Amino acid sequence: MELLTILMASGFWIAVLRIATPLIFGTIGELISERSGVLNLGIEGIMTMGSMIGWLYVYQGGNIWMGILAAAGSGALFGLLHAILTVHLGLSQHVTGIGITMLACSLSYFIFRMVLPQVTTPPKIKAMAAWAIPGLSSIPVIGKIFFTASPLTYLAIVISAVLIFLLLKTPLGLAVRMVGENPKGAEAQGINVLAVRTGAVMVGSALMAVGGAFLTLSAFDAFYIDMTNGRGWICIALVVFSSWRPGKALLGAILFAVFDALQMRVQQQTGTFIPYQVYLMLPYILSITALIIMSRKAAYPSALLVPYRRGER
Amino acid sequence: MRLEPREHSSIFLNLGAPVFAVLAGLAVCSIMVWLAGAPAGKALVLIFRGALGSKFAISETLTRTTPLIFCGLAAAVAFRAKLWNIGAEGQLYMGAVAATLVGTGLVDFPGYLLIPLVFAAGALAGGILLLGPALLKTKLKVDEVVTTLLLNFIVLLFVNWLVFGPWKDPMALGWPQARPILDAAILGKLIPRTRLHSGLLISLAIAVIVWAFMRFTRWGLETRAVGANVRAARFSGIPVNRTIVRTALISGGLAGMAGVCELTGVRDYLTLDLSPGFGYTGIVVAMLAGLHPLGVILASFFISVIYIGADSMTRQLGITRYIADVNTAVCLLTMLTTMLLTRYRIRLK
Amino acid sequence: MNNSDIVLRLKDITRSFGSLVANDRVSFDLRRGEILALLGENGAGKTTLMNIIFGHYVADQGEVEVFNRVLPPGSPKAAIAAGIGMVHQHFTLAGNLSVLENILIGTRSLISPQSGEKAARKKIMELSEKYGLQVDTAALVRDLSIGEKQRVEILKVLYRDARILILDEPTAVLTPHEIGNLFNTLRRFVSQGLAIIFISHKMNEIMEISDSVVVLRQGKVTSRVRTAGTTIHELAKAMVGSVITIREREPLKPGERVLEFRNLSLKKGLEDVSLSVRSHEILGIAGVSGNGQVELADVISGLLKPVRGVFLVHGKPVPAPSPIEMLSKGVGRIPEDRIQDGLIGDMSVWENLGLENYRDYSPFGLLRLKALRDNGRKLVKEFDVRCQSIFQPARLLSGGNIQKLILARVLSPHPGIILANQPCWGLDIAAAAFVGNRLLQARERGAGVILISEDLEEVMGLSDRIQVIFEGRLSDSMRPEEVTPEELGLLMTGHVNITANHNFDREFEYAS
Repeated sequence: MELLTILMASGFWIAVLRIATPLIFGTIGELISERSGVLNLGIEGIMTMGSMIGWLYVYQGGNIWMGILAAAGSGALFGLLHAILTVHLGLSQHVTGIGITMLACSLSYFIFRMVLPQVTTPPKIKAMAAWAIPGLSSIPVIGKIFFTASPLTYLAIVISAVLIFLLLKTPLGLAVRMVGENPKGAEAQGINVLAVRTGAVMVGSALMAVGGAFLTLSAFDAFYIDMTNGRGWICIALVVFSSWRPGKALLGAILFAVFDALQMRVQQQTGTFIPYQVYLMLPYILSITALIIMSRKAAYPSALLVPYRRGER
Repeated sequence: MRLEPREHSSIFLNLGAPVFAVLAGLAVCSIMVWLAGAPAGKALVLIFRGALGSKFAISETLTRTTPLIFCGLAAAVAFRAKLWNIGAEGQLYMGAVAATLVGTGLVDFPGYLLIPLVFAAGALAGGILLLGPALLKTKLKVDEVVTTLLLNFIVLLFVNWLVFGPWKDPMALGWPQARPILDAAILGKLIPRTRLHSGLLISLAIAVIVWAFMRFTRWGLETRAVGANVRAARFSGIPVNRTIVRTALISGGLAGMAGVCELTGVRDYLTLDLSPGFGYTGIVVAMLAGLHPLGVILASFFISVIYIGADSMTRQLGITRYIADVNTAVCLLTMLTTMLLTRYRIRLK
Repeated sequence: MNNSDIVLRLKDITRSFGSLVANDRVSFDLRRGEILALLGENGAGKTTLMNIIFGHYVADQGEVEVFNRVLPPGSPKAAIAAGIGMVHQHFTLAGNLSVLENILIGTRSLISPQSGEKAARKKIMELSEKYGLQVDTAALVRDLSIGEKQRVEILKVLYRDARILILDEPTAVLTPHEIGNLFNTLRRFVSQGLAIIFISHKMNEIMEISDSVVVLRQGKVTSRVRTAGTTIHELAKAMVGSVITIREREPLKPGERVLEFRNLSLKKGLEDVSLSVRSHEILGIAGVSGNGQVELADVISGLLKPVRGVFLVHGKPVPAPSPIEMLSKGVGRIPEDRIQDGLIGDMSVWENLGLENYRDYSPFGLLRLKALRDNGRKLVKEFDVRCQSIFQPARLLSGGNIQKLILARVLSPHPGIILANQPCWGLDIAAAAFVGNRLLQARERGAGVILISEDLEEVMGLSDRIQVIFEGRLSDSMRPEEVTPEELGLLMTGHVNITANHNFDREFEYAS
């Protein structure tokens, strides 16, 4: 069957990992924020900003890893802005998030166009080379797929694992989760709800920005307008789909990447019968479907979207 | 830091909120222009001159104001009921699609019948598109922000297919656009040899109608009640779900009409770049207007000035036109903050 | 008296909220190994006092001494460190987290990389054994029964080495079996040297479990006795006060039955309740909040559908209850939560006044604004709603004026049935009198009024007949002239069992 041939090709799984990496960063970042009770709709803008900052740093001659750090920093800054507005001032998380996306996107494009005013084909930068893990990558078939990926992909997996551990197994992670479920209860135990939420949003935003940086520094090797193309919103849907459980979120991102990669391959095979736009629509349709399915059993953090006013009865 | 509710919110505070937001936007833009190495004062002057400095400039600004009025109304109506419609962009395009369907020879009516028909079709298409997310919200409690956003991408791909595929105009020399609509459906120009079309008058009329609807009808009262305190609205017997659905149809319809306007007034044919983000800008317009339908007219005009002015300034100073988008975003975030300050005082402990 | 035995001492604790004095020079001691019951009606000041001890509030005057050391005010952390543990009435648990996590929260520094789960599990097991509190530490809190959730709250407090436990209405949500378990647990606590403050309004429980009782009424301590040396009647008297002034109420001959419950039950909250209200009469439902009043009101408001029994309005059953349905049948509802359910703060005064009747002012959908506003002005005058103008946002009104606005809205169409749910709660004397008079007026005009209130004085003064609600059941109806406040207090606190006599046709004879 043609499906099997697709699934057996190592090129397919390489594509899957490439597609999944920004989604992993974005989804885990959003998940941390939402577990603390804050919906961060700025994700699309923050990812765009991350991709631009990362590219800019390298374009100006900097080191790739420093570029990733710079991207993370920019994400954290926008996260701080979001936190000040929604956590401390208690503004609508929906509208503020949209505003942050607008600001981050427009600033990214502005800076990009100021640096490269007339260019229609963006210049290439030296992107991250795939990094073969010595020893493991020599394993036939699997070695090529799983152990010769971009370093950022490995980073995504490692960071996800670390954050999952932090979130689920440490007192800090417990505080983050409690703040998103019952902030009054957390406050009664001496936890500073506003500080924890701010921290969670900033960390989450830094991750989102790194996911964006992956697009320019690893997957493609230049910055385009509309580069993120809705990935941020897909991450939001994936968080709901994962019932706010980080392990499931990781799986969800990979599953989604499988469907996306599959859709691309199938498109090439079936030719002109089904228009290619339909295939491009599939990620978004899939996301909406995921939202509908999971809405019934939504075990969302009980204090999500509710601003916490200290001392209010 | 503590937030203390104000007992009285004076009219000055309420009017000052959007003014301050606008000033903040301009201030940030000036800083960015200066950082980019250009004279900030000159830039501002060029913006205003570029938007208002000649008859042609004003006509361009007003042309851009028209779709912003529709999209601003769409956001204002929806947000009044706390229905977060971020899908105006997609609804706009669906409106244009419906207008193309009806206006390219499906029926052969004279202008005075065809134009209203085309608008009605566009409004219907936009309304139905928003109906899906609205029903998902009322029945399944799915957050409408994400669904409306994702639908935007789907709709754009749909239009992409139409315009490269079945509706591709063979006479268009390879450009991706649909067949032009019938002459009878084209909106007349208000000022000859400009792009300003009678759609502006239609949008103004619709703004007044929306204002009247919200203020003078029982359905407007119900919409506002549901948005202000849904529990009390339910307790007093207002049918909450029905109100949300009705609001969705109206909001989507308004955005659909924006698409019809651009199609029948500016372009005459369906293309992929019918809207440079009017749906999203409409959200900022609505917030600046304090969700007031008549305020939307003013806010649309102002935002339009910035965009058209920035276009002109770009050519002269070499600052990219994205500066206008930065301004819009700063206006939105500042407006949110100043709106809070009209209700609360900030006390630093 | 051995002073070293005193673990907690309150000295002249005073706290006001605006003009309301919630605690007025409250003083008492708690000894090691003692169970002290804190008794009082709602609004007597119990919750405020406990919040002061636990650090959620700061007292205006007075101080709290714990183990002979002054407790730093306003800090739950300090209270926990001093050995005070509070088991809240509304649990502070996170449903989506496990029992273990709920107990652990806040006990370790946020910088620490280790969760300490293993050690914690061990300690929890030991505590479980010691006090007989079985829990599954891995279970998610949202899957637990209420009794189990309470056990988690208690363990939370014990885990932090509390020596003084405060339990706020712990039996309110428990079955009799679970109550028995809880009392056994409490006895084990005191045998190990802990001290307990037990807040309750249930007399028989207080008599059973406590060593001493402190009674609060209107912020003051009205009695401080050893349980063995007092009687229920004395306690009831201290709780409700002795002199009740019955307002002047004209005896009226009641008319047709306008609203009835017959053996009505809900899934939760109401059990086999029967009542009937007739025109020209006020039926008072007395009881401490949390015994089913919310459910009762929700059924009459059309928000809840009964699962068993019959609900009749004007003699006819109500198949599909909804707020608009009840409105159309002429049921006027004064909600318990004025601000959340009764008022749209951001809308103007005149719009709020028209919230239920705007349909009558909108031919073809167009609102007759002038007529609505004129009506608004008329109502504001008639009902003495103090506001700067009818155009100002309703949230700027004071509490009393909000209630007058709601009254104006509800009473002006002269509904045949009125549900008044805690109508005088939080109002000063003048405003409360206003509300009472309006209800009496409505009764004179022919309405049948159901008055749900925790304020005995109000209930006895206004009602023609009274039924007491306790744990979801209603007593027989009584006439206020035939019953004393103490007797009502006993019914309200469950001392005398509620056994309703389902005799629907029993008519009251009025001396004419």
